[in-house]
Amino acid sequence: MSWLRIRELIRKEFIQLFRDAKSRRVLIVAPIIQLLVFGYVVNYDISKISVALLDHSRTPESRELTTAFTGNGIFYIKEVFNQNQMEKLLLEGRTDLGIIVPPDYADTIRIGTTSEIQIIVDGTTSNMASIRVSYAMQVLERLNSMLLQEFYPLHLTYGKIDNRLRTWYNPNMDSRYYFVPGIVAFVVMLISLLLTSIAIIKEKEAGTMEQLIVTPLAPVEFITGKTIPYAIISLVQMIAITIFAIIWFRIPMNGSIALLFFATCIFLMSSLGLGLFISTVSLTQQQAMMSTFFFILPIFMLSGFVFPIANMPVIVQWIAYLNPLTHFLIILRGVFLRGAGISVFWPQITALIIIGFLLLSGSVWRFKKRLD
Amino acid sequence: MTPSGDNVIYAENLTKTFGAFTAVDHISFSVSRGEIFGFLGSNGSGKSTTIRMLCGILMPTSGYGCVAGHDIATEPELIKKSIGYMSQKFSLYGELTPYENLRFFLGIYKVPARQWEGRIRKAIEMTHLSEIKNRLTKDLSQGWKQRLALASSLLHEPEILFLDEPTSGVDPVTRRHFWNFIGHLSRNGMTVFVTTHYMDEARNCDRLVMLNKGKTVISGSPSQIIGSTCPDRPNADLNDAFISIMS
Repeated sequence: MSWLRIRELIRKEFIQLFRDAKSRRVLIVAPIIQLLVFGYVVNYDISKISVALLDHSRTPESRELTTAFTGNGIFYIKEVFNQNQMEKLLLEGRTDLGIIVPPDYADTIRIGTTSEIQIIVDGTTSNMASIRVSYAMQVLERLNSMLLQEFYPLHLTYGKIDNRLRTWYNPNMDSRYYFVPGIVAFVVMLISLLLTSIAIIKEKEAGTMEQLIVTPLAPVEFITGKTIPYAIISLVQMIAITIFAIIWFRIPMNGSIALLFFATCIFLMSSLGLGLFISTVSLTQQQAMMSTFFFILPIFMLSGFVFPIANMPVIVQWIAYLNPLTHFLIILRGVFLRGAGISVFWPQITALIIIGFLLLSGSVWRFKKRLD
Repeated sequence: MTPSGDNVIYAENLTKTFGAFTAVDHISFSVSRGEIFGFLGSNGSGKSTTIRMLCGILMPTSGYGCVAGHDIATEPELIKKSIGYMSQKFSLYGELTPYENLRFFLGIYKVPARQWEGRIRKAIEMTHLSEIKNRLTKDLSQGWKQRLALASSLLHEPEILFLDEPTSGVDPVTRRHFWNFIGHLSRNGMTVFVTTHYMDEARNCDRLVMLNKGKTVISGSPSQIIGSTCPDRPNADLNDAFISIMS
């Protein structure tokens, strides 16, 4: 390995990347925009549930039920006057829930028996549906206990269990806290992968590769010279979007910045290694792009970013553990939210080092100094 | 023919096939030190394929080749230290200035940094690049690019220079300068292996091999070739020779 060669390769790569004002902007602005867009989009918290209410009862009791829903500011009620209207709203996707109050609602409650109201939920987005239903259940439970107290104001002598729930690390269960560190990881991976997947192809297509391979340059020097510039760029981007995530999205940063930086460095080995590997085996930019997208989707899906790995079939879980993003996400979430230290993450760090080393050596091995 | 100390390039039955297509078909020749050796032939006759095999970037299908004392099949990386190569297609970095391109290749060839200043100055002087050394390479005209590519292939002072169609797309005056310069290099002991399809240029070579469809048609010095193909025409040139061989 000659440091002189590597230094000149790095220098050349930076000139190529930064001489053009357009590509300069892409390198700096693109990750911030992606973080912004994804950060706002990826959100499980429900702030609005629209309800179509069909009230057959029309009594003070049924109005009390309506008030219980509107009272907490999440449910927005639109009154409908027959079953057809409700079905139409559900079919068109203009309402999330339908609530039907039976005509005998008030009477049934007043005589001390149970009245049934019907809740219809749009199950097309199943996870959202179950969250909406559980919100509605909470409202009804609260109403039930209010009614009980009102009608049976007796002192119960029976002991009861009261749960004191504490959510650690994310007290408000803000899904943004969970997602934004993941987006930081994903954006860094996406950009580093895309940049490096064309890094070698570019030289093949421009013909400069032919000039390089007639020199005594060694494959390991070439791959190192290609890795370092993109590693530096990705690290700078990582720092920028981390600061952005902390300031803009108010993600708590409870852990060590140094650990985050170290984890990013070893994660980049895998990400850049994969990009360079794609670049060495592809013949054209289109091919490289196609291969990159072929990898990005499974990397995203099998990382635990959205879907918990524990829910996956065992074989798929194994694949998920080969995925560098999986390990990086565990570290990132742990460092950001829990403030965990390096001693917790040694399995992830080991995994990332092994995966990264294999991918980078794969690129060196695949890089041929011949045209055939 | 056997490789000897004087034959810096030596090829014996060198063959390259791509699938069913035979690009180079059992070619044998040798080049001595300081010679200007020309490979003459139309497009697709196997010139570039041969040059790439000799530079160690294409593996021969069969046959033996030896450049600067090293086997082209087994020791290509050793060959690469001793040769300069100028590809048919311009292959320097368009986003870099000529100066930056030269500096880059000095680094790649591991020329010690204290010699850079001198080498770059010399290369720029030799090829008269000074007025454009800080423009972007991609904006240069074909003639400038060709000179820059030549300068860059000479930076590490190679023993053998391979030039693949160096003058295609270049005006006649620049071409004349170019050949004068090649003559100068050869007189200083550099071996120059050059391919061309211009018959008039081939006159500048000490020895020639004419190729057709991957096979050697005739070889020798320009005057030998003319003499043997057109014995009855004292004013014949290489063009006439070529036509008489092909007909």
